[in-house]
Amino acid sequence: MSNQQKHWEKTRGLLFITLAIWFVFSIGIFLFGAEMNEVTGPFGYPWTYWFTCQGSLGAFVILIFWFANRQEKIDEEFGFSEREDE
Amino acid sequence: MKGNFIDNLPKIYGIYTGGFVGFIIIMAIAEQMGMTAKTIGIAFVAFTVFIYALIGYLSRTAQADAYYVAGRQVPTVFNGMATAADWMSGASFVAMAGGIYFKGYGYMALLVGWTGGYVLVASLLAPYLRKFGCYTVPDFIGTRYGGNLARFSAVVVLTVASFTYVTAQINATGTIASVALDIPFQYAVYVGLISILLCSMLGGMRGVTWTQVAQYIVLIIAYLLPVFWISNKMGAGFFPHFMLADEVARIGELEQQFGFVKNAAADLKSVPKGLAGITKAHSAVNATPWAFISLALAMMMGTASLPHVMMRYFTTPSVKAARKSVGWSLFFIFLLYSSAPMLATLSKLSLIDPNLPTGIIGKTFAEVEAIDWYQNWNQANLMFISDFNGNGTLELNEFFMGGKAVVLATPEIAGLPYVISGLVAAGGMAAAMSTADGLILAIANAISHDVYYKIIDPKAETAKRLLVARVLLVIIGFAGATIAAMEIQGILGSVIWAFDFAMSGLFFPLVLGVWWKRANRQGAIAGMLGGLIAGAWYLVWVRTGGSGFLGITQLTFGIFGSAVSLVLMVIVSLMTAEPDKATQKMVDDVRVPSGKSILGKSH
Repeated sequence: MSNQQKHWEKTRGLLFITLAIWFVFSIGIFLFGAEMNEVTGPFGYPWTYWFTCQGSLGAFVILIFWFANRQEKIDEEFGFSEREDE
Repeated sequence: MKGNFIDNLPKIYGIYTGGFVGFIIIMAIAEQMGMTAKTIGIAFVAFTVFIYALIGYLSRTAQADAYYVAGRQVPTVFNGMATAADWMSGASFVAMAGGIYFKGYGYMALLVGWTGGYVLVASLLAPYLRKFGCYTVPDFIGTRYGGNLARFSAVVVLTVASFTYVTAQINATGTIASVALDIPFQYAVYVGLISILLCSMLGGMRGVTWTQVAQYIVLIIAYLLPVFWISNKMGAGFFPHFMLADEVARIGELEQQFGFVKNAAADLKSVPKGLAGITKAHSAVNATPWAFISLALAMMMGTASLPHVMMRYFTTPSVKAARKSVGWSLFFIFLLYSSAPMLATLSKLSLIDPNLPTGIIGKTFAEVEAIDWYQNWNQANLMFISDFNGNGTLELNEFFMGGKAVVLATPEIAGLPYVISGLVAAGGMAAAMSTADGLILAIANAISHDVYYKIIDPKAETAKRLLVARVLLVIIGFAGATIAAMEIQGILGSVIWAFDFAMSGLFFPLVLGVWWKRANRQGAIAGMLGGLIAGAWYLVWVRTGGSGFLGITQLTFGIFGSAVSLVLMVIVSLMTAEPDKATQKMVDDVRVPSGKSILGKSH
């Protein structure tokens, strides 16, 4: 397998992990919205309410930065990172 | 000077922010010295619009890559701010807190959808389209799939989605300009339009980029300052985001105590159009999982397909910067979106809690009618009370409010000085203008670059291309303003439709263009046109009394459209020949961040 194929394989792996986490915070938890809202969560808000106000939104911000860093590592590993002057 | 300007950005915008804060302080002092509310409102809107126009003028350019992609040198964090302003429309600013106030959980699917979509942007599309080196979204479709028909189909989808969106934004600028400057809406729409064109006409994407950064700074100050101030003033806590649990619980208690009394249809007839009462529990789960998830999903896929957002990531210096920039965009959006539910909570509690001095429920009608702010907002057609049961005291079901009032009136209700209301007007104007600019530019660039230059006259010189681009900008702006002046739809409804149109026609052709090498021209064309037609058909069907299926409503018709698009694209691609070797090689190159972009620097 060529260098480029290996790079793409790893990139695709990272995509699946990223989309799995995205799925949990955007869809997964809201399947159980009614049940989860009975429980008190962060800062004293009901759990589901907190996720819709802050939790999921914040998770997406962190997820994107995490994804960007991981992808940069993958690019470096295979020698595909951009030169700074490009 | 050019490199210098980019290096000095933090300093320039630091001075700008300081200047704006100084302006707020001067206005506050002027208010104490007796300046009227009306003059303050005019000063805020006129001053900020003048600054944007000045930035637009200073960013004028005669180069194609500066006009189309801001010279591809916008630093990560600043592009994040510009995208956030591009993204957060008049609807986000003025209507979102109101939607949460009235509809609660079911509406907050939009918060999740309008943020979660950025994960798709960052992981599926933005870095690859940046590597491609295109000027517009149809530029990518046209080159990846080849052929004028594919390119033209993408322009059609882009225009339908963006135009649906832009009329709502021009409408919003008109509404704010008409209130702040006290002129009739039909004229205010054109005042708004001219302000918008001043930012974008001379500098194209470069002008829009630097005005959007300036607009973000105004709109975020205008949104957060009142929220923090009101929270402190009500004694709800210094940092509302972490401290409103008691207030949320208290609203629940009051809802129990008052009960949600259903009004008779005859009584509701007397309520002015557009106003609503509180009929849903504040923090309870009031929507089925599918209703919530389908709306969130439609907004997320729509986010990843809307061209005015995607083209912001064409302006970063590198692929790496494009990825990081998506993160910064969402961070800056998060600052406002996470505050909207807090504002809704504070606003609702301050109105309904009889223990608070501002609470009006339980007071007599004579008392409420004597309150200054009630008179003002009643006159502006945003508040209304009516004694349905004839007992003389105001009940929860007898109080009606417009959605915009949550953002516009809460500062006044909480007793903040008028200077804050002027600031909020300037913020709303900034939000609506920045989005309208991005959208009009997206449409005009697609038509001038993809239809005129790539299809009609490939030999046109740069000067002529940019002239065509500017003429189109003005024409599209006026067309949008003319439709906005007719006031056909509400602001929020048409915004949501734009997402559905975009995802119906563009989501899968864009994503599969990068992630599925086998996708070919015939499949892409079938996917774009089939998806758009299927989505539009579903919308018309539901609007004309059709029952719909699978719980897909007129707000989520993009789920049906994009499903049709995916199926058509896969089947037609597999039935026809695979893309040639050159195209496959191109897809391979797109997937690698380093090396030259696919399209030349100036194409």
